[in-house]
Amino acid sequence: MAKRKQPPRWGVWLGIADNSFTRQKTVKFGDASAVNSGRLWSVLTLIILILAWWIATIGGIIDPLFWPPLEGSLYPWDNPNRARPGVVDRFVSLFVDGYRNISLWEHVGTSVKRVLLGVVIGALVGIPLGFAMGLNSVARGLFDPIVEFIRPIPPLALIPLVILWLGIDEVAKIFLLFLAALFIMLIAARAGVNSVQISKVHAAYSLGASKFQVLRYVILPNALPEIFTGLRTSMGVCWGTLVAAELVAADQGVGSMMMIAKNFLQTDVVVIGIIIIGAIGFAIEIFMRMLEAWLIPWKGKG
Amino acid sequence: MDGLVIDNVSMVFTLPNGGQVHALEDVSLHLKPGELMAVLGPSGCGKTTLLNIVGGFLAPTAGQALLNGHQVTGPHKERGVVFQQGALFEWMTVAQNVSFGPRMCGVPRAEIKQTVRRLLDTVALRDFADKPVYQLSGGMQQRVALARCLANDPDVILMDEPLGALDALTREKMQGLVLKLWKETGKTIILITHSVEEALFLGERLVVMAPRPGRIHKEYALPFAEQGVGGDARSIKAQPDFIAAREEILSMIWEMEEEIMSGADMG
Ligand SMILES: Nc1ncnc2c1ncn2[C@@H]1O[C@H](COP(=O)(O)OP(=O)(O)OP(=O)(O)O)[C@@H](O)[C@H]1O
Ligand SMILES: [Mg+2]
Repeated sequence: MAKRKQPPRWGVWLGIADNSFTRQKTVKFGDASAVNSGRLWSVLTLIILILAWWIATIGGIIDPLFWPPLEGSLYPWDNPNRARPGVVDRFVSLFVDGYRNISLWEHVGTSVKRVLLGVVIGALVGIPLGFAMGLNSVARGLFDPIVEFIRPIPPLALIPLVILWLGIDEVAKIFLLFLAALFIMLIAARAGVNSVQISKVHAAYSLGASKFQVLRYVILPNALPEIFTGLRTSMGVCWGTLVAAELVAADQGVGSMMMIAKNFLQTDVVVIGIIIIGAIGFAIEIFMRMLEAWLIPWKGKG
Repeated sequence: MDGLVIDNVSMVFTLPNGGQVHALEDVSLHLKPGELMAVLGPSGCGKTTLLNIVGGFLAPTAGQALLNGHQVTGPHKERGVVFQQGALFEWMTVAQNVSFGPRMCGVPRAEIKQTVRRLLDTVALRDFADKPVYQLSGGMQQRVALARCLANDPDVILMDEPLGALDALTREKMQGLVLKLWKETGKTIILITHSVEEALFLGERLVVMAPRPGRIHKEYALPFAEQGVGGDARSIKAQPDFIAAREEILSMIWEMEEEIMSGADMG
C-alpha cells in the first residue's frame, strides 16, 4: 500500500493541513474531534485586530483617553506639543522601570502568588472536606446546608464582609480566594468520590484491602481527574476574583496597578493591565491542561 | 462442613416507594472444594444478587452463606471476584493490578514479584506487565482480572459474566483459559453466564435459576468440563449429547422468558 505523505507539522499546527488522524475520517461535520485547530484563522484575527489598532493610531482617530495608540511615535500631521504615550513604549517602560516604583514583575508576581496561596489553602481544606462528605453521612449532613447555600453566591459578593472582618490587607484577599477555591474543591472532591464504580471498591475489598487502603489506592486515584478539574476551575475563578478584589482595594497587583492608572487617566496602563490579565489567565489554563495530561493520563479511560 | 454452603438464602429488596422485590427465595447449594458451578437463568432472576451475597457485598434477608464452616459476613480475600468489566484499576499498570492483593496484604516484595511473573505467564501477558491497563483489549483486560484474582490464592472465585463483554472468538479462547486455571489451581468456582453453551462447557455442575422469586429451577451434573481440559472445545461442543442438553436448556429458559413477558403484559 502506498504510504501517504505526512503533512508538515507547522501546517497541522496552523490547521491548514489535516493531520493523519483527521485525514482518515470521511465524516467530519458533526464530529468535533475531527475538526482541525483552525489556528490560521486565529492568527488572522490577531493580525487584523493589531492592524486596525495601528491604523487607528496613525490616523489619530480615537482620543487616547478612551483607547491608547499602539505606539507613540509622532507623525507629521500630529500636534508636536501633544505627547502620545503608546502602548508598546509603555509596555517596555513598565518592564524596565516598573510602575510607580514597583516593577511589573512584582505586580504580576503578587497577583499570581495570591491566587496560588488561595487555591492551595482552599484545596488543602476543601479536598478532605469533600472526601468526608462523599464518604460519611454525618459529614454530608453537617456540611450540606452550608455548601448548598454558599455555592451559588459569587465570591465577589463576599468582598464587603471580608473587608469588614479582615480589612484590606493581604490576609483579607487570600481569605477571599480561599473561600472561592474552597467550595469548588469541596464539590469536586465529593463528586470524585461519588464517581467511583462500586465494582472497583468491591474488587479491592475482595483482594484483602482495608478501609484505609481502599480510600488510598482506589477512591483517591479514582477521584483525581475530578479533583484536577476542580483545581483548574478554581485557578480560573480565583484569578478573576482576585483582579476584581485588587480593583476594590490593594496597593500591589495587576488590578491595583490598573486602578491607580485610571486615577491618572493613563488609559495605556489600564489596557496593558487587561492584556496581562487575559494572557496570564490563558497561561494558567494551558499550564493546568499540560499538567493534567502528564499526571492523569488515565482520565476518561476507566 | 468443607466447601461453600449456601443455606436457605432469601433476599428481599425494599424499594424507595415501599414496594418489595423478591430477588431470591430459599436458595440452598453446596459446593465441594474444587467444584466449578455455572449459573444460568433469565435476566433478573437473581444471579448477581446471589453472587453478591456469597462475595459478602450484600447481607441476605434470611439464611446465610458459609465457607468452610464460617459464616460470610463481608468481603474477604478467601473469596475472589471477577466482574464483567470496569473493575480493573486504570491508574495502575498490568503488573500493579495483578500485585494489588498481595501488596495490600503485606506480602514480601520478592514473593510478590515472583507471583506476578508466574501469573502473567499463565495468562500470556508477560510483555504487557508495565503497560497501563486501559491500553489493553477487552480480552486482555479480563485476563488481567483473572490473574489479579488468583494472585491472592483465594479458596473460592466468583465470576459474574466474566466473558460477557468479549467477542465470540476471544470468548472461546478464554473459556479454555478458565478451564485450565480451574484444573491447575483446584479452586472452587461459581461462574455466572448468559451463554448456555458456555455454561454447559465450563460447568461441572450447572444450576438453572427461575425468576420471581429467584430460585433454583433445575440442576445438572455435566461431563463436558472434564473433557474440555486439554480436549478440543469445538468437537466437544459438536457432540450430540452437548447439543441435546443445549437445546433442552435453551427452550427451558425461553419458556421462562415468555412467562415473564406475558406476566408483564397483564401487570
Ligand atoms: N439494589 C437493588 N434494589 C432493588 N432491587 C434490586 C436491587 N438489586 C437487584 N434488584 C432486583 O433483584 C432482581 C434480581 O437482580 P439481579 O441483578 O440479581 O439479576 P440477574 O440475574 O443478575 O440479572 P442479569 O442477568 O440481567 O444480570 C431484579 O428484579 C432486580 O430488579
Ligand atoms: Mg447480573
